[in-house]
Amino acid sequence: MAELMSTNVTASKVDGDVKLPIYMDNHATTRTDPRVLQEMLPYFTENFGNAASRNHEFGWVAEQAVEQARERIARLIGATSKEIIFTSGATESDNLAIKGVAEMYKEKGNHIITQTTEHKAVLDSCKRMEKHGFRVTYLPVQKDGRIDLDDLKRALDDKTILVTIMAANNEIGVLQPIREIGALCHERGGLFHTDAVQAIGKVPFNVIQDNVDLASISAHKFYGPKGVGALYVRRKNPRVQLVAQIDGGGHERGMRSGTLNVTGIVGLGRACALAGEEMAEEATRLAALRDRLKDAIMGQLDEVYINGSMEHRLPGNMNISFAYVEGESLLMGINDVAVSSGSACTSATLEPSYVLKALGAGDDLAHSSIRFGIGRFNTEAEVDYVAKRVMETVNRLRELSPLYEMAKEGIDLKKVQWAAEPTH
Amino acid sequence: MAYSDKVLDHYTNPRNVGSLDKTSSEVGTGLVGAPECGDVMKLQIKVNPTTNIIEDAKFKTFGCGSAIASSSLATEWVKGKSIDEALTIRNTDIVKELALPPVKIHCSVLAEDAIRAAIGDWKKKNATQSETSPKDAAVEQRT
Repeated sequence: MAELMSTNVTASKVDGDVKLPIYMDNHATTRTDPRVLQEMLPYFTENFGNAASRNHEFGWVAEQAVEQARERIARLIGATSKEIIFTSGATESDNLAIKGVAEMYKEKGNHIITQTTEHKAVLDSCKRMEKHGFRVTYLPVQKDGRIDLDDLKRALDDKTILVTIMAANNEIGVLQPIREIGALCHERGGLFHTDAVQAIGKVPFNVIQDNVDLASISAHKFYGPKGVGALYVRRKNPRVQLVAQIDGGGHERGMRSGTLNVTGIVGLGRACALAGEEMAEEATRLAALRDRLKDAIMGQLDEVYINGSMEHRLPGNMNISFAYVEGESLLMGINDVAVSSGSACTSATLEPSYVLKALGAGDDLAHSSIRFGIGRFNTEAEVDYVAKRVMETVNRLRELSPLYEMAKEGIDLKKVQWAAEPTH
Repeated sequence: MAYSDKVLDHYTNPRNVGSLDKTSSEVGTGLVGAPECGDVMKLQIKVNPTTNIIEDAKFKTFGCGSAIASSSLATEWVKGKSIDEALTIRNTDIVKELALPPVKIHCSVLAEDAIRAAIGDWKKKNATQSETSPKDAAVEQRT
C-alpha cells in the first residue's frame, strides 16, 4: 500500500547560533508548545471518547477534560466557565458573535459599529449583515492605528445593538482602547464584542475590567493547535443571548452544535494555563527582542517607517515600511526568514494591505512593508541574524531601485507624473 | 509561492543594473509603472547613431522578483539589437522565458512597455536626424 507523501520544512542550513529557516511570522500562526501537545496526545488514543456521550467512561473522561479546559480559558480572561463556547476558531467565533447578536437583537435596533482595520472575518460578517438590512458604521483609524473615541461617541445611537472592535491588530499589532470602548458602548446600552485573537495570551485581557460582552479566541495564535477557538459570551450584567448559526445536536448550550474537538480543546486549555503563568515574563522578553530588532534596523537604514503606534502595541509585533523597496522582492531576498508583507504581490487579491492604507501612509509604503512577529521560540541570535539579512537585502534592492535613485537626486516622487497602468 | 530558476537567477544576479546619462542624445530612457501600484521600471538604451544598434542597456526596478527579472532579461535581449528588432520583443516572450505564472504577467507587460518607452524617448530626441514617423514617436504615450 502506498504511503501518503508529506513534506517537511527542512532545517538545511546553520549560520552560527541559528538554525535556518527562521520562523518570525507569529501573527499568522505559532508553533504548538510541546507541553500543549503532550497534554493533547492521550485524547487521540486511549481517551478518545465523545464529550457528549453521557453513558460510559470514555465520554466522561472526555467531558472532564473539556470542562477543565473551559475553566482554564475562563480563568485567563476573568470569565466563568459557563461563559465559554467552543468553536472551530476565531473566524467562526466572529461570525457567531456578530450574526448571532444581530439576529437576536434585531427588534431592539439595526445598527452595528466596527472599524476599518478589523480582520476580514469581522468586516465580511458586518457586510453580510448589511445585506440583511443592518446599518454598519466603519470608524476610521488615526495615523497610529487607533480609533478616535469621539468618533465612536458620535456614531453610537439608540439603534446601536453591537460594537465590534478588535483588541489587537493582526498586521500592525496596535492595541485599541477596548476598556474605554466597552464603557462608552454600555452607556448607550449596546453590546461590545472584541476579536481578541492577537491579544489573548500576549497582553492582559479581562472581560470584567475591559467591559467586554463577547470575545473571540483562537488557540493557534498562542501556541495551541489550529482548528479550535472559543467565544466568550457574558452571562450577567448583561446576559447576552445569541441565535445559533450552526444547528444540530444542541451542544454548547444550544449556541454551537457539533461534536467537540476534544484534543484541540485540551490544547487550548493548556495554552491558556501556560499564558497565565508565563505571559508577564514573556511579554518583557519579546518586547526586548522586538526593540533590539527595531534599533538594529533603524540604526543602520534611513527612510524606514514604523507602521502604527509603538506605545500601544503587542510586545512581539513590528511592522516596518522600507521606502523604495517592494515588499515581495524583500521577502525573496530574506528567503531563509519567514515573515509577511503588506505588498499587493503577496496578497491573493493583488491589493496592498487595507490596514496600512487605513493609516493613511499611502499605497507606496504599504507595498514596502514587512511584518515581523516575534514569538515564544525566537532567540536573540535569530533577531540579530534577521536584522543583518534585512539590512543587506534592503541596501541591495535600493541600489536596484529607480525610486531610491530619484529620491537621492532630489526628485519629489509625489510630484512625478507616473505613466498609467498597462491596460493589458 | 515558488519562483522559476530563471527568475531566481535574474533576481540574485541581475544583469545590466545601473544608469546611463539621460541627457545624452544617444540614450533613450523609459520610466513606466507607479509606486502606488508596486512596480516602477526604468530602462535605458544607448544607441549607436550610425548603425541604430542598441550598444548598451541598463535598468533599475522597484517591484517584485518577477518584475526585476523581467526588466533584467529585457536589457539582455535588447543589447545588440537594432531599434526595429528590439520593438519586436513581446511580453509573451518574457513570460515564456521566465516561466511567469498568470499573476505575474503584468511584470512582463511592464518590461515591454519600458523597452518601447525607452525607444520612444530616443526617437523623440533624434526626430530630426532619423526618419521617425509620428506614429512611432507616439509609442511613448502608449498605455
